[in-house]
Amino acid sequence: MSTHTDHAPVFIPGSARRKELDELLTRYPTKMAALLPALWMVQHERGWVSEAGMAEVATLLELTPAYVKGVVTFYTMYHQHPVGKNFVQVCTTSPCNVCGAEDVVEAFLKHTGCQELGQTSPDGKFTVIEVECLGACGFATPIMINEEFIESVTPDKVPGIVAGLK
Amino acid sequence: MGYPHKPHDREVTVLSKYFGDPEARTLDGWKKRGGYAALQKALGMSPAEIVGIVKDSGLRGRGGAGFPTGVKWSFMKPGDGKPHYLCCNADESEPGTFKDREIMRWTPHALVEGCAIGAYAIGAETAYVYIRGEFTEPIKYMEAALKEAYAAGVLGKNAMGTGKTVNVYVHRGAGAYICGEETAMMESLEGKRGNPRIKPPFPAVSGVFGMPTTINNVETLVVVPHVLNNGADWYKKYSRPDNPKSTGTKLYSVCGNVQRPGNYEVPMGFPFKDFLYDLCGGPPPGRKFKAIIPGGISVPIQTLEEAEATLMDYEGFVAKGTMLGSGGVILIDDSQNLVKQIARAARFFAHESCAQCTQCREGTAWTTKILERIVAGDGTPEDLDTLLEIGENMTGKTICVLSDSCAVPVVSGIQKFRRDFEVLIKKKTVHLVPAVA
Repeated sequence: MSTHTDHAPVFIPGSARRKELDELLTRYPTKMAALLPALWMVQHERGWVSEAGMAEVATLLELTPAYVKGVVTFYTMYHQHPVGKNFVQVCTTSPCNVCGAEDVVEAFLKHTGCQELGQTSPDGKFTVIEVECLGACGFATPIMINEEFIESVTPDKVPGIVAGLK
Repeated sequence: MGYPHKPHDREVTVLSKYFGDPEARTLDGWKKRGGYAALQKALGMSPAEIVGIVKDSGLRGRGGAGFPTGVKWSFMKPGDGKPHYLCCNADESEPGTFKDREIMRWTPHALVEGCAIGAYAIGAETAYVYIRGEFTEPIKYMEAALKEAYAAGVLGKNAMGTGKTVNVYVHRGAGAYICGEETAMMESLEGKRGNPRIKPPFPAVSGVFGMPTTINNVETLVVVPHVLNNGADWYKKYSRPDNPKSTGTKLYSVCGNVQRPGNYEVPMGFPFKDFLYDLCGGPPPGRKFKAIIPGGISVPIQTLEEAEATLMDYEGFVAKGTMLGSGGVILIDDSQNLVKQIARAARFFAHESCAQCTQCREGTAWTTKILERIVAGDGTPEDLDTLLEIGENMTGKTICVLSDSCAVPVVSGIQKFRRDFEVLIKKKTVHLVPAVA
């Protein structure tokens, strides 16, 4: 696994993140159990989880980088590549689908300038993906923009939402 | 209740009473509403007494399987010298279900209290609340509630001043439906890929970190304080006179093509027809309900006739060809292409398969491909038999039931709405006629 020299460590001794991780480790009988939370911290700091980020976490939790990568690739929410500043996830599973979720996806692709699902807009501001059930089916169509949840989105609301993010 | 959080006259709001009430989110607000009295009481009782009351109440797991909660708790052997753990399953990911989200974002202290009592009852000092990664708002409110609870001494090494240790922690998932399966959840909690484990050993013998563990759904745990406060008999009265096997109230999430989506709380045995039309307002204007999936997308699809004759409890749904499941009611009206929606459900399962078992990895993928081909107008008459055959191969043959869950909407869909599939397949002949430009 390659290690980029430009990766700034997240868990520098004495830093707030290191303290947060140390506190977390008291909650579990194993170090490995802190892996998912540690990866979240890397993503919050860096916007994505690079191989160097995985290597840093692996060292701290006494795991191998390959093991950490195996875990990262299992879960959909860890970004293995940089994404747009606004990462837009639109739920299109059946309950939202019957309420017109696909039209919401189309509207986001159109108004953000993303050519297709998963692609980042040329200005780097947006990435749009379809996501499987966000668990807010009564508020179709729910979307997530980074860590923020927006309920009951319809295509006509999309231009306003996108404008508010620019 | 629909929104903005006004309960219908026929609802019984035990768990949902404070939905929409922001003050109930705070420790002071929760105590003012009677919160933590049950925990105080519980910590003065013996764990066996608590398990006995919960057993007597008839409470059954609200996550989908409906296993009696008190019986599950009684599998945890006291004094075995091992640390015990409680895991609260807050990985609510079953399409159609969003009740646990409402519980956590409006009444987080109710869950903290339920977890604390549950942990004490099974001899655990630690409870983990595994919340799906997408639930940022519930996580925020749960973290805030826990911070308050620790600061006030409700939790910690001297919980409620009783000298007993009760810790509750939030653990955030990272996007994987399968982690709602209890053994996958434990794997994930341990910092691994969320691959379900083979059972036995069952979690009560060897669960998270190899120790005796109980896994309970959010809704199940928030019921417990009410049962301790009001008694098992009070809880049991919410049932059909002729069916004492299902007790209490149940939260149903209602979504899809319906006038008033939302979370509704009704007693066990409530007539589904009244529920759909009176409480939820029926289908959108000018439409009819065509298909009903009453317990999250993993349960068999009902026809309107079946649904209208259903009484809403564990046995009532089974009697009408389906299951109560997670209580996620998905309504599909007559304007929809049902086959497309079943194909979409199959795609969900194909995306979420952990790919350990061949029947699931291959079955979910091929089911999706065939269904999407039918929807695109390229289906063949043999496709339906192939789908049923694949469905049979996906049922009862894998480590967990995700594979079965994918087969359920497909097989029940073909059995009950075969005509919808055939119409699409017949279109193929039209499709093959060379177009005249």
